[in-house]
Amino acid sequence: MSYSTRVDYTLHLADNALILGHRNSEWTGHGPILEQDIALSNIALDLIGQARNFYQYAARLINTEREAKSGSGMRSAAGQGAKGAAGQGMSDAASEGMRAAEHEVSEDSLAYLRDGWDFKNCLLAEQANGDWARTILRQFFISAYQYLLYTTLRDSRDTELAAIAEKSLKEVSYHLRWSSEWVIRLGDGTPESSSRLQKALDDLWKFTGELFLPASYERELAKEGIAADLSLLKEQWETRVREVFAEAQLFVPGGAEAREGGRETRGVGSGEDGKSAGGREGGVNSEGKGGRETRGVGSGEDGKRAGKGAIPGTDRATWMQMGGKEGRHTEHLGYVLAEMQFLQRAYPGCEW
Amino acid sequence: MVKEATIWSLLEEVNDPEVPVLSILDLGIVRDVKREGSRVEVIITPTYSGCPAMDVLRMNIRMLLLQHGYTEVVITTVLSPAWTTDWMSEKGKEKLQAYGIAPPLPVQQVCHPGLFHREEAIQCPRCHSYHTQRISEFGSTACKALYRCEDCKEPFDYFKCH
Repeated sequence: MSYSTRVDYTLHLADNALILGHRNSEWTGHGPILEQDIALSNIALDLIGQARNFYQYAARLINTEREAKSGSGMRSAAGQGAKGAAGQGMSDAASEGMRAAEHEVSEDSLAYLRDGWDFKNCLLAEQANGDWARTILRQFFISAYQYLLYTTLRDSRDTELAAIAEKSLKEVSYHLRWSSEWVIRLGDGTPESSSRLQKALDDLWKFTGELFLPASYERELAKEGIAADLSLLKEQWETRVREVFAEAQLFVPGGAEAREGGRETRGVGSGEDGKSAGGREGGVNSEGKGGRETRGVGSGEDGKRAGKGAIPGTDRATWMQMGGKEGRHTEHLGYVLAEMQFLQRAYPGCEW
Repeated sequence: MVKEATIWSLLEEVNDPEVPVLSILDLGIVRDVKREGSRVEVIITPTYSGCPAMDVLRMNIRMLLLQHGYTEVVITTVLSPAWTTDWMSEKGKEKLQAYGIAPPLPVQQVCHPGLFHREEAIQCPRCHSYHTQRISEFGSTACKALYRCEDCKEPFDYFKCH
């Protein structure tokens, strides 16, 4: 097991929780009603607490390694000439963390002093809040993912990660139930709430694929029984999403079109009871199209979407964005960091 | 030479800043106390990952032990096994009830992500009616849910099972 791989993975888990937690905290004081403002703020608090546990562990890994390296560095310097203490094999994030804090890396330096390209969160977590529907849907996708992820990670061979997962899972269960119920409430609610949720789905769906595409550090650690094997989570995630979408009468973009390479979206789109059917496998039929239009949700756009999806190879609706896990982010992350990190950048080490 | 039991009894004086009727022993967050020579180690576990009371608690434990002459205090946080309301003392539950917060149900229920899951009826801490309704499963702190009594019409906090 390479040390830097484990740091990268821990930071990935931490960044997901922190960035989503920060996004949710932007709602504090702005929620649609007091109880839901409190609910989302509570979820933000849970996520930031989970992020702290992961960052503390990452900081310990980095500091322990640095200590060991500077020790052996000195020894080797005596024997065969000077050699940099921070050797190769140190991940970008780790060396960045080292630059950030002259002496010791801490949970704070990892959260507040790394740059955008050091962050390893999934793109979905950093997407703007938009309206309530969009925030709810983002939460639902990630909670469903985290629920399965932490369930698996409880058995990780890394006992520290297993302990954080065990702790986090209890909290995420609440998040999942709450966000699932809100997806149903909005989706199966008024024409206005339903159309807003459908719009959110059209916008956010392209960020869900990344959740299940392992980065190199995930692949490596999954082999060693430390990270979760994402391919095993995917099907369960789809089942949950399908179940909730069927209740919410939601349609996955491009979901009606059964095409090669679109397996995952098709799987979700075809509700088992046919309620969410924009056509089952086999593609668009008149009934499917009709079903969409009678929902009265901007039928013009629906029509466009169906048409777009029907042309193989040009289906923007099912194209999946990725890169966040490797530090390639959407422009949104920069704005999140500018706000979140301002104080520590302007007044380093400031406490109150 | 002090015994560990002495330290346990001192810790009874440290209260949860957000639910001040409960001591940290009532809450069940002190997992162990170890003493080696002049060194005292207190092992605690958080209620919720993001509970803001934890930093205050750590400081209060340290201050209290310092006041009693223990200069070498180590406070260790462990996450596993994860805290559960099952560890709350019976005395703690009575104190909560008297304070106006419905205590966790005696039969441990863990949140499972089933849709629109119905929980056991929660008793109103004021009029003791079971005719109550959950307003939100997220309340004024991470550990509480918001309820309303349909009989006395008063809203109340429920210290939820976890």
